[in-house]
Amino acid sequence: MSHTFYIAMSYGLTALVALCLIGWVMLDGRARKRELAELEMSGIRRRSAPHSAGETR
Amino acid sequence: MIRIRASGAILAQKESMTESLAITKISDLANPTRFLALAARILPWMAGATALLFAIGLYLSFTTEGDYQQGDTVRIMYVHVPAAWLSMMCYTVMAISAIGTLVWRHPLADVSHKAAAPLGAAFTLIALVTGSLWGKPMWGTWWVWDARLTSVFVLFLMYLGLIALNRALDDPSRAARVSAVLILVGFVNIPIIKFSVDWWNTLHQPASVVRLDGPTIDAEFLWPLLIMAVAFTLLFFTLHIAAMRNEIWRRRVTAQRRMAARMAGKEE
Repeated sequence: MSHTFYIAMSYGLTALVALCLIGWVMLDGRARKRELAELEMSGIRRRSAPHSAGETR
Repeated sequence: MIRIRASGAILAQKESMTESLAITKISDLANPTRFLALAARILPWMAGATALLFAIGLYLSFTTEGDYQQGDTVRIMYVHVPAAWLSMMCYTVMAISAIGTLVWRHPLADVSHKAAAPLGAAFTLIALVTGSLWGKPMWGTWWVWDARLTSVFVLFLMYLGLIALNRALDDPSRAARVSAVLILVGFVNIPIIKFSVDWWNTLHQPASVVRLDGPTIDAEFLWPLLIMAVAFTLLFFTLHIAAMRNEIWRRRVTAQRRMAARMAGKEE
Protein backbone atom coordinates (compact mmCIF):
# COMPACT_ATOMS: atom_id res chain seq x y z
CA MET A 1 0.00 0.00 0.00
CA SER A 2 1.28 3.49 -0.86
CA HIS A 3 1.74 6.31 1.64
CA THR A 4 -1.11 8.16 -0.10
CA PHE A 5 -3.44 5.33 0.97
CA TYR A 6 -2.55 5.82 4.67
CA ILE A 7 -2.95 9.62 4.41
CA ALA A 8 -6.29 9.36 2.56
CA MET A 9 -7.60 6.79 5.05
CA SER A 10 -6.58 8.99 8.02
CA TYR A 11 -8.26 12.13 6.68
CA GLY A 12 -11.26 10.18 5.38
CA LEU A 13 -11.88 8.49 8.72
CA THR A 14 -11.41 11.75 10.65
CA ALA A 15 -13.92 13.49 8.35
CA LEU A 16 -16.37 10.60 8.67
CA VAL A 17 -16.26 10.57 12.50
CA ALA A 18 -16.49 14.40 12.70
CA LEU A 19 -19.47 14.46 10.28
CA CYS A 20 -21.20 11.68 12.22
CA LEU A 21 -20.76 13.68 15.45
CA ILE A 22 -22.08 16.88 13.86
CA GLY A 23 -25.02 15.00 12.30
CA TRP A 24 -25.86 13.24 15.58
CA VAL A 25 -25.81 16.49 17.60
CA MET A 26 -27.93 18.34 14.99
CA LEU A 27 -30.51 15.56 14.57
CA ASP A 28 -30.75 15.02 18.33
CA GLY A 29 -31.28 18.76 18.83
CA ARG A 30 -34.03 18.88 16.19
CA ALA A 31 -35.80 15.85 17.68
CA ARG A 32 -35.76 17.30 21.22
CA LYS A 33 -36.95 20.70 19.96
CA ARG A 34 -39.83 19.03 18.10
CA GLU A 35 -40.80 17.03 21.21
CA LEU A 36 -40.84 20.18 23.34
CA ALA A 37 -42.95 22.00 20.74
CA GLU A 38 -45.42 19.07 20.62
CA LEU A 39 -45.73 19.04 24.42
CA GLU A 40 -46.31 22.78 24.44
CA MET A 41 -48.96 22.48 21.70
CA SER A 42 -50.80 19.94 23.83
CA GLY A 43 -50.79 22.45 26.70
CA ILE A 44 -48.05 20.89 28.85
CA ARG A 45 -45.63 23.57 29.99
CA ARG A 46 -42.93 23.83 32.61
CA ARG A 47 -44.13 25.64 35.72
CA SER A 48 -41.26 28.15 35.40
CA ALA A 49 -41.67 28.58 31.62
CA PRO A 50 -42.46 32.07 30.27
CA HIS A 51 -46.04 32.48 29.09
CA SER A 52 -45.21 33.51 25.52
CA ALA A 53 -46.41 31.24 22.72
CA GLY A 54 -43.90 29.07 20.82
CA GLU A 55 -41.17 29.40 23.50
CA THR A 56 -39.10 26.20 23.53
CA ARG A 57 -35.98 27.46 25.27
CA MET B 1 -5.59 59.64 58.33
CA ILE B 2 -9.35 59.34 58.63
CA ARG B 3 -9.72 60.17 54.95
CA ILE B 4 -7.22 57.44 54.02
CA ARG B 5 -9.11 54.91 56.16
CA ALA B 6 -12.43 55.98 54.61
CA SER B 7 -11.10 55.66 51.05
CA GLY B 8 -9.66 52.23 51.97
CA ALA B 9 -13.08 51.12 53.19
CA ILE B 10 -14.73 52.38 49.99
CA LEU B 11 -12.11 50.52 47.91
CA ALA B 12 -12.71 47.30 49.87
CA GLN B 13 -16.48 47.75 49.42
CA LYS B 14 -16.01 48.29 45.66
CA GLU B 15 -13.79 45.18 45.42
CA SER B 16 -16.36 43.12 47.30
CA MET B 17 -19.11 44.43 44.97
CA THR B 18 -17.04 43.53 41.87
CA GLU B 19 -16.39 40.09 43.33
CA SER B 20 -20.08 39.47 44.09
CA LEU B 21 -20.95 40.70 40.57
CA ALA B 22 -18.52 38.15 39.09
CA ILE B 23 -20.02 35.38 41.27
CA THR B 24 -23.53 36.47 40.20
CA LYS B 25 -22.47 36.28 36.54
CA ILE B 26 -21.04 32.77 37.02
CA SER B 27 -24.10 31.59 38.97
CA ASP B 28 -26.31 33.08 36.23
CA LEU B 29 -24.76 30.53 33.86
CA ALA B 30 -25.73 27.77 36.28
CA ASN B 31 -29.31 28.51 35.32
CA PRO B 32 -30.12 26.17 32.37
CA THR B 33 -32.46 28.73 30.77
CA ARG B 34 -29.71 31.35 30.73
CA PHE B 35 -27.26 28.73 29.43
CA LEU B 36 -29.67 27.93 26.57
CA ALA B 37 -29.97 31.62 25.68
CA LEU B 38 -26.17 31.98 25.68
CA ALA B 39 -25.76 28.79 23.60
CA ALA B 40 -28.25 30.07 21.00
CA ARG B 41 -26.25 33.31 20.70
CA ILE B 42 -22.72 31.87 20.50
CA LEU B 43 -23.17 28.56 18.64
CA PRO B 44 -23.46 30.06 15.11
CA TRP B 45 -20.30 32.14 15.67
CA MET B 46 -18.39 29.16 17.05
CA ALA B 47 -19.49 26.95 14.14
CA GLY B 48 -18.41 29.63 11.65
CA ALA B 49 -15.00 30.08 13.32
CA THR B 50 -14.50 26.28 13.39
CA ALA B 51 -15.25 25.97 9.65
CA LEU B 52 -12.90 28.87 8.82
CA LEU B 53 -10.04 27.45 10.91
CA PHE B 54 -10.51 24.00 9.37
CA ALA B 55 -10.38 25.53 5.88
CA ILE B 56 -7.08 27.32 6.69
CA GLY B 57 -5.66 24.32 8.59
CA LEU B 58 -6.49 21.82 5.83
CA TYR B 59 -5.07 24.13 3.16
CA LEU B 60 -1.79 24.40 5.08
CA SER B 61 -1.79 20.66 5.88
CA PHE B 62 -1.72 19.78 2.19
CA THR B 63 0.48 22.61 0.86
CA THR B 64 3.42 22.51 3.29
CA GLU B 65 6.53 20.47 2.48
CA GLY B 66 6.78 16.79 3.37
CA ASP B 67 9.25 15.58 5.99
CA TYR B 68 12.78 14.62 4.81
CA GLN B 69 12.38 11.16 6.39
CA GLN B 70 8.63 10.50 6.49
CA GLY B 71 7.71 12.21 3.23
CA ASP B 72 4.01 13.04 2.85
CA THR B 73 3.02 10.64 5.65
CA VAL B 74 3.84 13.46 8.10
CA ARG B 75 0.48 14.99 7.07
CA ILE B 76 -1.26 12.36 9.23
CA MET B 77 0.18 14.28 12.21
CA TYR B 78 -2.19 17.22 11.51
CA VAL B 79 -5.23 15.09 12.38
CA HIS B 80 -3.68 12.52 14.72
CA VAL B 81 -2.02 14.91 17.21
CA PRO B 82 -5.01 17.32 17.67
CA ALA B 83 -7.34 14.32 18.14
CA ALA B 84 -4.96 12.83 20.73
CA TRP B 85 -4.71 16.17 22.60
CA LEU B 86 -8.51 16.49 22.56
CA SER B 87 -9.01 12.96 23.87
CA MET B 88 -7.16 14.08 27.02
CA MET B 89 -8.63 17.59 27.16
CA CYS B 90 -12.18 16.23 26.92
CA TYR B 91 -11.52 13.94 29.87
CA THR B 92 -10.08 16.90 31.81
CA VAL B 93 -13.28 18.90 31.07
CA MET B 94 -15.27 15.89 32.34
CA ALA B 95 -13.16 15.71 35.51
CA ILE B 96 -13.75 19.43 36.23
CA SER B 97 -17.49 18.87 35.63
CA ALA B 98 -17.38 15.84 37.95
CA ILE B 99 -15.99 18.06 40.72
CA GLY B 100 -18.86 20.46 39.96
CA THR B 101 -21.33 17.59 40.39
CA LEU B 102 -19.87 16.21 43.62
CA VAL B 103 -18.79 19.41 45.39
CA TRP B 104 -21.12 22.19 44.25
CA ARG B 105 -23.99 20.13 42.79
CA HIS B 106 -23.90 22.57 39.87
CA PRO B 107 -27.04 21.99 37.74
CA LEU B 108 -25.05 22.00 34.50
CA ALA B 109 -22.07 19.95 35.70
CA ASP B 110 -23.68 16.51 35.23
CA VAL B 111 -25.14 17.68 31.92
CA SER B 112 -21.60 18.70 30.91
CA HIS B 113 -19.84 15.40 31.66
CA LYS B 114 -22.68 13.33 30.21
CA ALA B 115 -22.60 15.35 26.96
CA ALA B 116 -18.78 15.23 26.70
CA ALA B 117 -18.35 11.43 26.97
CA PRO B 118 -19.44 10.49 23.39
CA LEU B 119 -17.33 13.35 22.00
CA GLY B 120 -14.28 12.16 23.95
CA ALA B 121 -14.83 8.60 22.73
CA ALA B 122 -15.01 9.82 19.11
CA PHE B 123 -11.80 11.90 19.33
CA THR B 124 -9.97 9.02 21.07
CA LEU B 125 -11.12 6.66 18.29
CA ILE B 126 -9.73 9.10 15.68
CA ALA B 127 -6.41 9.28 17.60
CA LEU B 128 -6.15 5.48 17.85
CA VAL B 129 -7.03 4.72 14.22
CA THR B 130 -4.97 7.53 12.64
CA GLY B 131 -2.08 6.55 14.93
CA SER B 132 -2.34 3.01 13.67
CA LEU B 133 -2.49 4.23 10.06
CA TRP B 134 0.63 6.33 10.69
CA GLY B 135 2.39 3.52 12.56
CA LYS B 136 2.12 0.94 9.77
CA PRO B 137 4.27 2.81 7.18
CA MET B 138 6.62 4.36 9.80
CA TRP B 139 7.08 1.63 12.42
CA GLY B 140 6.17 -1.33 10.23
CA THR B 141 3.31 -2.37 12.50
CA TRP B 142 -0.33 -1.35 13.05
CA TRP B 143 -0.21 -1.75 16.82
CA VAL B 144 2.07 -2.52 19.77
CA TRP B 145 1.02 -2.90 23.40
CA ASP B 146 3.41 -0.21 24.62
CA ALA B 147 2.64 2.27 27.43
CA ARG B 148 1.34 5.16 25.27
CA LEU B 149 -0.88 3.11 22.96
CA THR B 150 -2.23 0.93 25.76
CA SER B 151 -3.03 3.88 28.07
CA VAL B 152 -4.91 5.66 25.24
CA PHE B 153 -6.80 2.43 24.52
CA VAL B 154 -7.73 2.27 28.23
CA LEU B 155 -8.99 5.88 27.94
CA PHE B 156 -11.22 4.82 25.02
CA LEU B 157 -12.63 1.94 27.09
CA MET B 158 -13.26 4.34 29.98
CA TYR B 159 -15.28 6.65 27.71
CA LEU B 160 -17.35 3.68 26.49
CA GLY B 161 -17.89 2.52 30.08
CA LEU B 162 -19.09 5.97 31.15
CA ILE B 163 -21.52 6.19 28.20
CA ALA B 164 -22.88 2.73 29.09
CA LEU B 165 -23.20 3.65 32.78
CA ASN B 166 -25.13 6.85 31.99
CA ARG B 167 -27.53 4.88 29.82
CA ALA B 168 -27.91 2.03 32.30
CA LEU B 169 -29.17 4.13 35.21
CA ASP B 170 -32.67 5.64 34.93
CA ASP B 171 -32.24 8.33 37.58
CA PRO B 172 -30.09 11.10 35.99
CA SER B 173 -28.87 12.55 39.30
CA ARG B 174 -27.77 9.11 40.59
CA ALA B 175 -26.11 8.35 37.23
CA ALA B 176 -24.31 11.71 37.43
CA ARG B 177 -22.95 11.07 40.94
CA VAL B 178 -21.74 7.52 40.13
CA SER B 179 -20.21 8.72 36.83
CA ALA B 180 -18.52 11.66 38.57
CA VAL B 181 -16.77 9.34 41.05
CA LEU B 182 -15.64 7.04 38.23
CA ILE B 183 -14.43 9.99 36.13
CA LEU B 184 -12.32 11.31 39.02
CA VAL B 185 -10.85 7.86 39.73
CA GLY B 186 -10.09 7.41 36.02
CA PHE B 187 -8.37 10.82 35.80
CA VAL B 188 -5.21 9.13 37.05
CA ASN B 189 -4.84 7.80 33.48
CA ILE B 190 -4.34 11.30 31.99
CA PRO B 191 -0.85 11.99 33.48
CA ILE B 192 0.01 8.35 32.69
CA ILE B 193 -0.83 8.97 29.00
CA LYS B 194 1.09 12.27 28.93
CA PHE B 195 4.26 10.99 30.63
CA SER B 196 4.15 7.35 29.43
CA VAL B 197 6.71 8.17 26.72
CA ASP B 198 9.13 9.53 29.36
CA TRP B 199 8.54 6.94 32.09
CA TRP B 200 8.73 3.84 29.90
CA ASN B 201 10.61 2.72 26.83
CA THR B 202 7.98 3.00 24.08
CA LEU B 203 7.83 2.83 20.30
CA HIS B 204 5.91 6.13 20.34
CA GLN B 205 8.08 9.25 20.05
CA PRO B 206 8.43 11.59 23.06
CA ALA B 207 6.64 14.99 23.19
CA SER B 208 7.85 17.42 20.53
CA VAL B 209 5.44 20.37 20.97
CA VAL B 210 4.37 20.69 24.63
CA ARG B 211 7.83 20.65 26.27
CA LEU B 212 9.49 22.78 28.94
CA ASP B 213 12.33 23.71 26.55
CA GLY B 214 9.94 24.67 23.72
CA PRO B 215 8.83 22.79 20.59
CA THR B 216 11.46 20.78 18.74
CA ILE B 217 9.31 20.59 15.62
CA ASP B 218 10.11 22.82 12.61
CA ALA B 219 7.90 25.90 12.07
CA GLU B 220 6.93 24.48 8.65
CA PHE B 221 5.02 21.70 10.48
CA LEU B 222 4.23 23.57 13.69
CA TRP B 223 1.90 26.21 12.20
CA PRO B 224 -0.48 23.85 10.37
CA LEU B 225 -0.46 21.64 13.47
CA LEU B 226 -1.36 24.50 15.82
CA ILE B 227 -4.11 25.81 13.50
CA MET B 228 -5.60 22.33 13.18
CA ALA B 229 -5.36 21.92 16.97
CA VAL B 230 -7.32 25.16 17.52
CA ALA B 231 -9.87 24.08 14.87
CA PHE B 232 -10.35 20.69 16.57
CA THR B 233 -10.65 22.38 19.99
CA LEU B 234 -13.29 24.79 18.69
CA LEU B 235 -15.13 21.87 17.07
CA PHE B 236 -15.14 20.09 20.43
CA PHE B 237 -16.48 23.10 22.35
CA THR B 238 -19.13 23.83 19.67
CA LEU B 239 -20.34 20.21 19.79
CA HIS B 240 -20.11 20.11 23.57
CA ILE B 241 -22.28 23.20 24.04
CA ALA B 242 -24.78 21.91 21.45
CA ALA B 243 -24.86 18.46 23.11
CA MET B 244 -25.39 20.10 26.54
CA ARG B 245 -28.29 22.11 25.09
CA ASN B 246 -29.80 18.87 23.71
CA GLU B 247 -29.40 17.15 27.08
CA ILE B 248 -31.19 20.04 28.87
CA TRP B 249 -34.02 19.81 26.33
CA ARG B 250 -34.13 16.00 26.81
CA ARG B 251 -34.51 16.43 30.58
CA ARG B 252 -37.24 19.01 30.09
CA VAL B 253 -39.13 16.66 27.77
CA THR B 254 -38.88 13.88 30.39
CA ALA B 255 -40.01 16.22 33.19
CA GLN B 256 -42.95 17.55 31.15
CA ARG B 257 -44.06 14.04 30.15
CA ARG B 258 -43.95 13.00 33.81
CA MET B 259 -46.00 16.08 34.70
CA ALA B 260 -48.52 15.24 31.95
CA ALA B 261 -48.81 11.65 33.27
CA ARG B 262 -49.42 12.96 36.82
CA MET B 263 -52.08 15.37 35.55
CA ALA B 264 -53.78 12.56 33.59
CA GLY B 265 -53.70 10.35 36.71
CA LYS B 266 -55.37 13.07 38.80
CA GLU B 267 -58.12 13.59 36.20
CA GLU B 268 -58.93 9.86 36.27
